[in-house]
Amino acid sequence: MGKALITGNHAAGYALSVCGEANRSARGCVAGAYPITPQTEIVEYLRGFNFSRGRVVPVESEHSAMAVCIGAALNGARAFTASSANGLAYMVENIFAAGYYRLPIVLIAVNRTLGPPWNIWVDQGDSLMFRDAAWIQFYTESHQDLVDTVLLAFRVAEDPRILLPVCVALDGFVVSHTLMGVELPEQAQVDRFLPPCHVPHRLRVDHPATVGGLTWPKETAHHRRQIQSAMERVPEVLEEALDEFEKVFGRRPDGALRVEHAEDAEQMLVACNTMARTARRLVESRQSEGEKLGLIKLKMFRPFPRRQLREAVGKAKRLGVLDRNHSAGSGGVFWGEVAATFQGRSDLVVQNYIVGLGGGDVTPEVLGMIADDLQTRMTAGEPIWQEVGV
Amino acid sequence: MTAMATQVESNCDALLRAGNTNCAGCGMSIGLQLLEQALGKDRKPLMAIPACCGIVTAGAFPTSAYGAPVAASTFASAAAVATGLSLVGEINGEDAPVMVWAGDGGTYDIGVATLSAAAERNENVLYFCYDNEIYGNTGGQRSSATPEYVTTSTTPRGKAERKKDMMAIMAAHRIPYAATLSVAHRDDFLRKVRYALTVKGFRFLVLLSPCPTGWKSEPQESVDLIDLAVRCGVFPVFEVFDGMRYRINVRPDGTPLEKYAERQRRYAAASMNLEGVRRHVAEQWAWLEGMERAFPGSE
Repeated sequence: MGKALITGNHAAGYALSVCGEANRSARGCVAGAYPITPQTEIVEYLRGFNFSRGRVVPVESEHSAMAVCIGAALNGARAFTASSANGLAYMVENIFAAGYYRLPIVLIAVNRTLGPPWNIWVDQGDSLMFRDAAWIQFYTESHQDLVDTVLLAFRVAEDPRILLPVCVALDGFVVSHTLMGVELPEQAQVDRFLPPCHVPHRLRVDHPATVGGLTWPKETAHHRRQIQSAMERVPEVLEEALDEFEKVFGRRPDGALRVEHAEDAEQMLVACNTMARTARRLVESRQSEGEKLGLIKLKMFRPFPRRQLREAVGKAKRLGVLDRNHSAGSGGVFWGEVAATFQGRSDLVVQNYIVGLGGGDVTPEVLGMIADDLQTRMTAGEPIWQEVGV
Repeated sequence: MTAMATQVESNCDALLRAGNTNCAGCGMSIGLQLLEQALGKDRKPLMAIPACCGIVTAGAFPTSAYGAPVAASTFASAAAVATGLSLVGEINGEDAPVMVWAGDGGTYDIGVATLSAAAERNENVLYFCYDNEIYGNTGGQRSSATPEYVTTSTTPRGKAERKKDMMAIMAAHRIPYAATLSVAHRDDFLRKVRYALTVKGFRFLVLLSPCPTGWKSEPQESVDLIDLAVRCGVFPVFEVFDGMRYRINVRPDGTPLEKYAERQRRYAAASMNLEGVRRHVAEQWAWLEGMERAFPGSE
């Protein structure tokens, strides 16, 4: 396939399709397809792809899109879907079900503001809504990051040590509807990278068992504890998947975190998705001016990479956590997690900046104002609402 | 290895095993046993069961009272989960029938959009609704399947609205086969289930399922009650081919409605208007007879 100029949505659709097709050697693939802006072109792409052993079901709702994936995965197929904003909200009951069933489903979340009032632009509040649902979550910064992460998502989800669903998020419009050059993986490469999907607890006619029935408190707690253990294995399994990715594709995508200028940074921005790209540009220009500003791109939100994050901050004295989401009554969701990671560290200022809500354009200038504020801080205050131009 | 643990089997082959949690006189127990007879011992389905008494039937982990594998789905999702199960079976050339076993809450109410969509796509799914005309599992609240005037815990003065005509709604999807099943008419029940098993596409079968705790009736009278419901015309036993062609299987024999109502305390509301019920039953039968005359159906 080589390098293609392609939109984020088509890149996601292509990546899901070749991953689904790769399972033709096993029990095939099934996807649920339901439209919502700005995700729609992904499911259109899936409906148009000529799967040799796959079905894409045009369902009546997001709730059923995930339910079809659940049924398919419970019969051993590779299963995936995509949605945004209120579509994800409508899907949530079955998002939890997929996690608690331990099914390796992959969901693409094209981040969009939850309404009302209605707004179609980017905001991470939709996928963060189900952060507690036993799903691994990745936030991607570019078309290439997105494609590579979809491939990694299936590999990690289906690993017998993990067996958890994965959500891959991207920015609505900023990525979904813009064109970038992307190295698209060849089918033969994906076939090599992804082992056949094996769901060990799938339904079998010769094994009458009820999956997801009633459990007592002790078994329920044990089930949740098993999920936590699986989550704790994710960083190691992800690193192995990255090694394998590098062997097959000759490049290494970002892992849980990507850290820049940790060696000398006194203050660091913590960001996800395209805000991390914009922040990188700011950091490069400030560094060239001698300012000791660093960057942590938080790509993996679940499991939350506490250990890696503690290592990443190095000697930094201040962290500015950027949140394009708002947990009403608290602040930014990423900030809450980062602050909890550094509890007890009185020498570290962890300041929250809520920025770009509802798709506001987060430019290098906006992030520059945030960096200026952070640089002078001796203590952290309440979350700061940083206004943007649009 | 660390997959979600599944509920494991005993050495019992029955579709509904001993030790299940069903109440005495539950119509679902009779329905499942008849279903097993229709399937034969050697044929096991994949089942999707949403929230309802039917999933409580299985009992608690690590046991399962079903002799077939079951996906316990979320309340509104059974037909969509069954869609996924069925498509993967088709892709892999497997012939185990995929079935839904759902109550009236999961069928007439919360699951109706999912059901309608699966029927519209004509998924290869055999959908059973055991209709006990209430939310039985939660203690007997009204559903859109509850008949008019009937007392439930959320219609303490009797239900003001008529029962939803689910068969007409399903027929309007032009699915290949829809039928009502009476647990008091074994041969007719078995014949229709066996026929449904030979049909490809979406099939909808609904059985009136007596619920002694909700209907305030005597468990040992459950089969008699369904027989009376058929004979007095409250529960028409018929089938619809391709959503267009009708065949009535059992006609009412003039048994008075009182014979059916007086054995259930849910029909004892002060507002009970049996004359009104009788009028609606007569209307329903006139329509059904007209459909059969105009569009007669058979296999």
